[in-house]
Amino acid sequence: MDSAVAVAARPDRLDGFLKALDPTTAEIELAVDGIHCAGCIATIEREMGVFPGVVRARLNFTDKRLRVAFRTAQANPTALIGRLSDLGFAAHPFSPIRKDDAADVEQRRLLRALGVAGFAAMNIMLLSVVVWAGHETGLDAVSRDFFHWVSALIALPTAAYSGRIFFDSAIAALKRGRTNMDVPISLGIMLALGMSVIETLNHGEHAYFDGAVMLIFFLLIGRTLDQAMQRRTRAVAANLAALRAESVTKCLPDGSLRDMAADMVQPGDVIVVHPGMRVGLDGVVEHGVSDLDQSLVTGETAHQAVRAGDTVYAGTLNLSGLLRVRVLKPSTGTLLADVERLLAKATEVRGAYVKLADRAAQLYVPFVHATALLTFLGWLAYGLPWSQALVIAITVLIITCPCALGLAIPAVQVVAAGALFRIGVLTNSGDALERLAATDTVVLDKTGTLTLPSSEIANIAALPPELVGRAARLALASRHPLSAPIAALAPGGSPYPTAREAPGEGIRACDHGRVLKLGSVAFCAAETEADRLAERYPDASMVAFSAGDQRIVFAIRQPLRPDAIEAVASLKAAGIAVEILSGDRSRPVAAVAKELGVACWMAGATPAIKVERLHALRADSRHVLMIGDGINDAPALAAANVSMSPVSATHLAQAQADFLLLGQRLSPAAMAIRIAAKAKSLMMQNLWFSVIYNIVAVPIAISGHATPLVAALAMSGSSLVVMLNALRARQTGQT
Amino acid sequence: MNVLVYLMPLALGLGGLGLAAFLWAMRSGQFEDLDGASWRGIHDPDDERDQV
Repeated sequence: MDSAVAVAARPDRLDGFLKALDPTTAEIELAVDGIHCAGCIATIEREMGVFPGVVRARLNFTDKRLRVAFRTAQANPTALIGRLSDLGFAAHPFSPIRKDDAADVEQRRLLRALGVAGFAAMNIMLLSVVVWAGHETGLDAVSRDFFHWVSALIALPTAAYSGRIFFDSAIAALKRGRTNMDVPISLGIMLALGMSVIETLNHGEHAYFDGAVMLIFFLLIGRTLDQAMQRRTRAVAANLAALRAESVTKCLPDGSLRDMAADMVQPGDVIVVHPGMRVGLDGVVEHGVSDLDQSLVTGETAHQAVRAGDTVYAGTLNLSGLLRVRVLKPSTGTLLADVERLLAKATEVRGAYVKLADRAAQLYVPFVHATALLTFLGWLAYGLPWSQALVIAITVLIITCPCALGLAIPAVQVVAAGALFRIGVLTNSGDALERLAATDTVVLDKTGTLTLPSSEIANIAALPPELVGRAARLALASRHPLSAPIAALAPGGSPYPTAREAPGEGIRACDHGRVLKLGSVAFCAAETEADRLAERYPDASMVAFSAGDQRIVFAIRQPLRPDAIEAVASLKAAGIAVEILSGDRSRPVAAVAKELGVACWMAGATPAIKVERLHALRADSRHVLMIGDGINDAPALAAANVSMSPVSATHLAQAQADFLLLGQRLSPAAMAIRIAAKAKSLMMQNLWFSVIYNIVAVPIAISGHATPLVAALAMSGSSLVVMLNALRARQTGQT
Repeated sequence: MNVLVYLMPLALGLGGLGLAAFLWAMRSGQFEDLDGASWRGIHDPDDERDQV
């Protein structure tokens, strides 16, 4: 017991992720990788449950997150994560500041509203069936009124509670001087209820309480589906961020180090960036000398040397030396300020796109309201008393209430997003599918998009194996990211015991009296070999190795994604134009373009030039899909009609992307366009079905024959047809 | 029609019970992890020696 207290008395580096439950217990949420089955759930919960100090451990399999509550005096997060890693699961702490809290609240509200509406619809329908049957069998008027009053008693509170979701949205739209689908929905619900109450007061035969509540129920299903899709996307995206360990190491005033989520660090704090780690936040180097791989930020593959006083950007990879960085406000960097200004402008352009559902609403609303008005005037002219004419006009509004229309698009979106998820594409926004469907031009970034973020040795076949083996053993002792592909050539090898790092230059060791060196070209005096290689591999970084007077040079470069050639070919086969727009130098870009068979490419493009090129394409009335990963791509991603990012992309790029590519492969992008096209055609089919439904139903209503029974059948029937049709979007994923 | 006096409250009460159960299930987090619940269901604790 004493030893356990002693362990926890040391502050833990991960304490920044904890949420205190009470003075002695705390909770941490971990994103866990590698959970596949029931056995994993049982193993993790059992092992964490018996861990000393743990009060409760519960794994959420859907979100792949583990919540552990533990007594802070007996356990600490690092020990918990260590235990998980012993069990074979990688786990990373999850920031307690959750941005999706508001969305969670909204989803609970929707589900509650849906539950209430479902309860009400069932009970009212029960009563309505009695009334409808009573029309044939001669139900007495007193009993009918009684049933109507009970229905009213259920329907009115339900509409007040569940219907508020539509009323709020309709009022918000009207305040901005616009209409959306919720305006006719709200109007339909209120008129149906109002008319039914008046009919009941007058001992009338027909009341539409069932129709009004069923409408709310079906439309809420559509809303809930929409929310569910967004929730899954959020959960996966947030886990990915945590699993990539996007935490930063903050240097506390007393000199100790603590890991925490990047959004918990204030401007002015000092963070420490170890070699091989990404810089988590923008800042100025206070201390240290290193090289940075800026490819995620600028697309440039050549490395940049930094020293005290230089500005570094989030997303760059620290290659050689330890850096202490004072954090700046996110927008103070010149590059980033530039990018953000471009972003704001580009997003405005995107805002001009009108969603399919809203366009349908714009056509639909005036049409329906005009029809109802004409019906009223028509019957008045025919000589009907105004109260009867009004009842018929209101039935027209009820029966045309866009029940199927409210489901037509979200149902397809959910099914298509599920199909996309199965091929490894995550959908960020629902209307993105409509925009993706029209794609006729794909613009690709090179670094990190066409190429993989990890490196390979390009000239390995031409190197003498004996020297390579020794270089690999030496590389094992180095933490430099460029030495990783070399070290991978000596699996299970042991590093030289004499290996010593020469900061900023490389690593050296002694072996049988000979000096071995691995590092920069100058460090190993291998300039002649390096120059020769640079001609063959213009996009490669050079790492030299010398053993006595023998020298070899490794050309290390980021390889193309395994299926990049296929993906580009299949895009072209589908009649889609392909372009490369890169921030890198022109020789490496030309090499990649040639390998992929892309004729149209541009190198050295700054964020502004990228945006300009996209505007030019759009002015040419092309519909552009931009795929990119860097901070420098973010404005272009926002300026394109639709955008996609690989999962390794920077935060800023991912925030702009409509879709995320989860794996290493690029061909899901081509498949996604096909699925989106199918989804769009299903959406159009559903919309047309709604039109046909109205062509049939409206004359019945206008002629005054739409009883509540007809309305109920028409509404539920059309909703079912639309939902079943939406399920067909699943099939595209498999073919 | 006198049966209505107790049948109607009974019907509504049963429906209300269902609604209350749904709201309780939601509040206590039963819908948080739908996939996990299906896996937990088929897991047999007696099998654990096979997996270790």
